[in-house]
Amino acid sequence: MTTTENLNISNAAEIISAGTSEGGQELQLRADMSHKAVLRESGAVLRMSESQVASLADTQSEDQTMIINMGPQHPSTHGVLRLMLELKGETVLRCKPVIGYLHTGMEKTGESLTFMQGGTNVTRMDYASPLNNELVFSMATEKLLGIDQDIPERAVWIRMMLSELNRISSHLLFMATNGMDIGAVSMMLYGFREREEVLRFFQKVTGLRMNHNFIRPGGVAADLPAGWRDEVLGLLDALPQRLAEYEILMTGQPIWRERLQGVGVITRDEAIALSATGPILRSTGLAWDLRRDMPYLRYSEVEFDVIVGSYGDAFDRYSIRLNEIRESMRIVRQILDRMPQGDYRIQDKKVTPPPRGRIDESMEALIHHFKIFTEGFKVPEGEAYVAIESPRGEIGCYIASDGSATPYRMHVRAPSFVNIQTMPLMMHGGLIADAVAVISSVDPVLGEVDR
Amino acid sequence: MSQTTSHTADDVRFVSKTDYLKTLTSLRSEGFEMCADLTAVDFLTHPGRTISPEVATQISLERFELVVNLLSLSQRRRVRLRVQLSESDPSIDSAFDLYPGTEAMEREVYDMFGITFTGHPDLTRILMPEDWVGFPLRKDYSQGSIPVQFKGAAS
Repeated sequence: MTTTENLNISNAAEIISAGTSEGGQELQLRADMSHKAVLRESGAVLRMSESQVASLADTQSEDQTMIINMGPQHPSTHGVLRLMLELKGETVLRCKPVIGYLHTGMEKTGESLTFMQGGTNVTRMDYASPLNNELVFSMATEKLLGIDQDIPERAVWIRMMLSELNRISSHLLFMATNGMDIGAVSMMLYGFREREEVLRFFQKVTGLRMNHNFIRPGGVAADLPAGWRDEVLGLLDALPQRLAEYEILMTGQPIWRERLQGVGVITRDEAIALSATGPILRSTGLAWDLRRDMPYLRYSEVEFDVIVGSYGDAFDRYSIRLNEIRESMRIVRQILDRMPQGDYRIQDKKVTPPPRGRIDESMEALIHHFKIFTEGFKVPEGEAYVAIESPRGEIGCYIASDGSATPYRMHVRAPSFVNIQTMPLMMHGGLIADAVAVISSVDPVLGEVDR
Repeated sequence: MSQTTSHTADDVRFVSKTDYLKTLTSLRSEGFEMCADLTAVDFLTHPGRTISPEVATQISLERFELVVNLLSLSQRRRVRLRVQLSESDPSIDSAFDLYPGTEAMEREVYDMFGITFTGHPDLTRILMPEDWVGFPLRKDYSQGSIPVQFKGAAS
């Protein structure tokens, strides 16, 4: 296939001749359109290929609507997201996210890495919440192995604690970037400062600030280091007054509210239809949180509230994330009280390498260690889909195994990838200045979008 | 439509290509409001795959398999549909009208596997460049042996 074949010339001509009147594609009163028409329009967006729009931009005359290109190197696009916006004056008529600039074929790569190595691959997808990626991959692998009920209690609770701390660090990053996008630049410094403290704890536990590969099939890579409890308590004690500062700096501030309230509104039906999950879905008032509604790990045993909004706007999504930090802290406190003793990984010789000490004294242990790291372990034939609640919504992992040591097919249902479909809808009819607030409130991580 | 529960205890249903939209429609009215995930698998080198013997007698296995994960928020359950698509005609109806959220997912499947969706409003490549040749997640698209394609460079 060549570029010219992909160009649907007749379609391009139609759009050019349509001039300023975009007909059914133009903004209409919501009341005048059926629900289905609203969805279809916002789902189908520009209906042009990238190259068509590029050629179209040159031929537009001044009185027509204008298609402008935002990104992929725009500071507020959270990486390499490119948006094509059709504007009439300052109003956004249509928007099309163009993605793939960070695509490195991670799902293909996953097919050649063993289940043991797979964690290093998936952890790099959503780099703002790597531990949740590892968790979902490990859970899918364990389901195929049939050991998902046999994971030692301590490992489960460690996983839960790390997952919640990761939610805190990810939401703190959102606070920082959201503040920066809206113009509260000092917030950027505060958010990164607090996030760094969480990452410092991760570094103590896993050895790395990001891309940990710590949660592995069968448990976690190592036990928690000495003094971990004081570290976590220190975090939990320091954060509340920082969050109170955010409230003063942002939540109660008239400029902040003006920039976010009523911006990027989405209704419950629209969010469900567009498969949006996480804070976007909850901002519409629907209390859907996989931790509560389809519990995994031991979430059914801890108490927390599912935070919902009522207007479905950018301000709701901001305050949901802010309060989810508090809920996560509440969960972490309960985990601290209940952290059991015991193994941190399953004592199943098949998936767990022998302890380091055994390697020095036992030839068999050495061979076992060597084989498990060079060949990996075989996973029974089958297919499984596991989904958990990441800070951005439902992250799912679908693995089809052919009985070998590498996944036959490894697919990650990335919440950001699905959630950016809501952007054209949220931006529709808004001002271009609000487009930045919308991108920010979706909180996409482009590593996960493009994989 | 044949129904089975795989050993992983998920609700998995095998649907024929012709019944695909009909099944989606009825599942949607049963309360599966959201299409959580849509992907595909290329079973070129593993044609046997995991299928219970009784299901294997009822359906003919094809090279491609479309995997659709539906989610019911009201009933808190999931169902997974597996649809067989032949190598000679890898195409199926688009679920866009029922689940607009599949727009990007179907484009990704088209981009990666070359499976076309009839009725999709904007079936273009989504992750790979517009003029890319080949479908990367197919099993005969091997890793590493593909010459690097540069856009606009002198060849």
